[in-house]
Amino acid sequence: MHLPALRFGKPYESLERTQLVHFLTGERVAEVSQVGGAIVGRDASKMARARESLLEISPDEIIERLQTAGNLYVHGTLSVGNGKQSPDSFVEQQSATTGLPESLCRANMQKNLFVLSHMDRMLDCLTRGLPPEVLWKGYGREHRGVVVSYQAQSPVLGLVLPSNSPGVHTLWLPVIALGVGLLIKPGGQEPWTPYRMAAAMVEAGIPPEAIGLYPGATDVGAAILAGCGRSMIFGSAKTVEQYRGNPGVQVHGPGFSKILIGDDCVNDWETYLDVMVESIAANSGRGCINASAIYASRHTGEIAAAIAERLGPIDVKPPQDPDAQLAAFTVPGVAKAIWQQIEGGLTASGVMHATAAYGPRLVEGERCGWLRPVVVHCQSPDPEIAKAEYMFPCVSVVRCPQEQMIQRIGPTLVATAITSDPAFQSQLINCTAIDRLNLGPIPTTKLDWLQPHEGNIVDFLYRSRALQVPAETPATSTTPTTQAGVA
Amino acid sequence: MATDPSLLQPAAFELADDIAIVKARESLDAHTVAIMAWHFHPSTGCPFWLDYAQSLPFNPLTDVKCYDDLKKFPPFEDEWLRGGPLRRWVPRGFADKPVYVFETGGTTGVPKSRVNMRDFRTDYEQFSSTLPDEHFPPGANWLMLGPSGPRRLRLSIEHLAQYRGGISFCIDLDPRWVIKLIQKGWMEHLEAYKQHCIDQAITILEAGHDIRCMFTTPKLLEALALSLEKKGTTIRQAGITGIFSGGTEFTPQWTRFAVEELLDGAYMTPTYGNTLMGLAASRPVTPADGYTIAYYAPQPRAVIEVVDFDDTTAVVAYGLTGRVKLTTLTQETFVPGFLERDEGERERPCHKYPWDGISGVRPFRQLAGATTVGVY
Repeated sequence: MHLPALRFGKPYESLERTQLVHFLTGERVAEVSQVGGAIVGRDASKMARARESLLEISPDEIIERLQTAGNLYVHGTLSVGNGKQSPDSFVEQQSATTGLPESLCRANMQKNLFVLSHMDRMLDCLTRGLPPEVLWKGYGREHRGVVVSYQAQSPVLGLVLPSNSPGVHTLWLPVIALGVGLLIKPGGQEPWTPYRMAAAMVEAGIPPEAIGLYPGATDVGAAILAGCGRSMIFGSAKTVEQYRGNPGVQVHGPGFSKILIGDDCVNDWETYLDVMVESIAANSGRGCINASAIYASRHTGEIAAAIAERLGPIDVKPPQDPDAQLAAFTVPGVAKAIWQQIEGGLTASGVMHATAAYGPRLVEGERCGWLRPVVVHCQSPDPEIAKAEYMFPCVSVVRCPQEQMIQRIGPTLVATAITSDPAFQSQLINCTAIDRLNLGPIPTTKLDWLQPHEGNIVDFLYRSRALQVPAETPATSTTPTTQAGVA
Repeated sequence: MATDPSLLQPAAFELADDIAIVKARESLDAHTVAIMAWHFHPSTGCPFWLDYAQSLPFNPLTDVKCYDDLKKFPPFEDEWLRGGPLRRWVPRGFADKPVYVFETGGTTGVPKSRVNMRDFRTDYEQFSSTLPDEHFPPGANWLMLGPSGPRRLRLSIEHLAQYRGGISFCIDLDPRWVIKLIQKGWMEHLEAYKQHCIDQAITILEAGHDIRCMFTTPKLLEALALSLEKKGTTIRQAGITGIFSGGTEFTPQWTRFAVEELLDGAYMTPTYGNTLMGLAASRPVTPADGYTIAYYAPQPRAVIEVVDFDDTTAVVAYGLTGRVKLTTLTQETFVPGFLERDEGERERPCHKYPWDGISGVRPFRQLAGATTVGVY
């Protein structure tokens, strides 16, 4: 299969192509056209048309078409690149180049379907009940009768997707429904979801000129960030630091998600073992929403041992095995390098490797490697490994007094706080280091899509601003609008 | 030697005939002997080589009878070119000439330097003969949009323009600062600096200077084309009819994109060059040849060989990949068998250049990770 670039509806076959190979056999799975950043720069002139093409269709109709697209994505045989792709072949291809077990690829498909089929409800919640026409027209009247204006900050959202994380796509699925086009640099190992999703959307009636797919090297990412008024980029902590404070860029890096167990609940820690295990190991522990640390003031040794007992025996299985839970590291040498880093961390004072008794953690294949789950017990939050996050099930169970937790946890994308103590809850609610907060035993990996994730996408794409019209025009309320404070 | 993949299909360009190849080789052999006579004679050679010859187990004046005999020299160490005293490289035969010094990129510590008296002028005069007058009209003015500073490029382009009867306008870009911006992750500054250069170029192009020819780098060329497009015009409409450009990012895909979408009919010829070698011209780039960019060194003044990665004394078969090995054979500079930081595929001699060429030039894979490339 060959995947060409899609220049807002026009397929473009490059003279330069990368070969995607099966992570186990090295067999060729597909070749992907590679374009340069200048093509993105040149196609910037098509961005305005991307949004216009969406605005020619009513918002309700777009949502219906996205729901159809969701069904096509999960069930249909679609024209992808120069071939036809069934759902099964999609799963096989995605697993083959990303190393993710096929069962987890299917689970991600269901997650994407869920978002697409609940788009109306999601948008209603994310816009707090704003009539969708307001986003189309730029202004309108709220249900309270007040004139509101939302101004699109970019006709397209630029997306620099991670090289190999099939789980992140739910973040950008609402964009088309908000009347904004997509300019995507697909991940090197995982072009599958963007291509299949684009094919499903186009087949469902979303205008092809609303979506651009530009596979290529880092200069494509740079051109996207330079050319789009709003972009999302996925990367390392260094990438996060680089774009911090740039209002045009929403940057997604490591999550450092955590479970915090309050003193009032910690004696019952066994009750929450399932929540902890799921938070650590769901989706092969690859996501930023997987827990990388568990904080408690006592019983931490027992908690680490119990988690180790559950996760330690998990072993590498063939990707087709429905019970396979571990994704491979498909880049040669990476698994080994990570393991060496962890081994270094385990030598620090106050650190105990709780999964040591369950056999070697590093499994090396001919062309790839795996890391079996690692559970570490830390006597304090000080050791480096307590602050680490890796793309496999790896957790530090950290002993830390409750009164120090807020100060010690550091940036936390998802915090699951298991406590009924109102004072501690209040501190957690006010803690700005925490993005998503689960009050109660909810796995960190369980996302309620009716609430914003890492910032509200609506607020990112649209600016709420004032727009006033004379009283007699239809957009204004019959109720006299206040004139106070407008001078 | 492995099977030669390129021989399995007919060439999409005009191959050199055997007689031309033999003649070119004879010329190279004779030139090599003459260069040995100059560089290793006490009255004309430079202190470095005269000293070095004392340690050699052979006599370059008598034992080098053809180009291949240069293999008798031990590998050339690029560290010799870093730091002073620079005068050790000035041939005694040119002791009374004004000396220029030109430096390489400076991406890896102390830059390598090469002395020059007239070589850059000779190289660009020879290169001038490869430029079609139709696209590079004699008498036309030039725009040099690229790095100047310690490189020879600015002086060379200026000489090329003057040699062809024109005047060269110059916009500078400092690639060493660009590398720092990239390393620091200051991408907004990088973008602003690039735009600063482009704005100056557009100002000059719009100032009624009748500029028809241009040197620029691929990155700046695309930035200029996109900026002009935003203004509703094109490179061709801005008056440019001929461009020569250089850099390792000159891939077939980039060239195709430039021809199809950036140049609006202006002619572009890719070049491959550096301070040590001079300038390698390309054979005509055509869609039928898959936009292959194949360079040919300015023999006999410089020779490019594509050598095995492990055995750098052996050239690879045509069509196969190897490292660039460069030999410079001018009266001003003798550098035998310098291993460049690039790799590529060995190309067959063509009608215009009846000696080996190289295509697909890119950073040498074992060094690529440590080097910031394609910066300007």
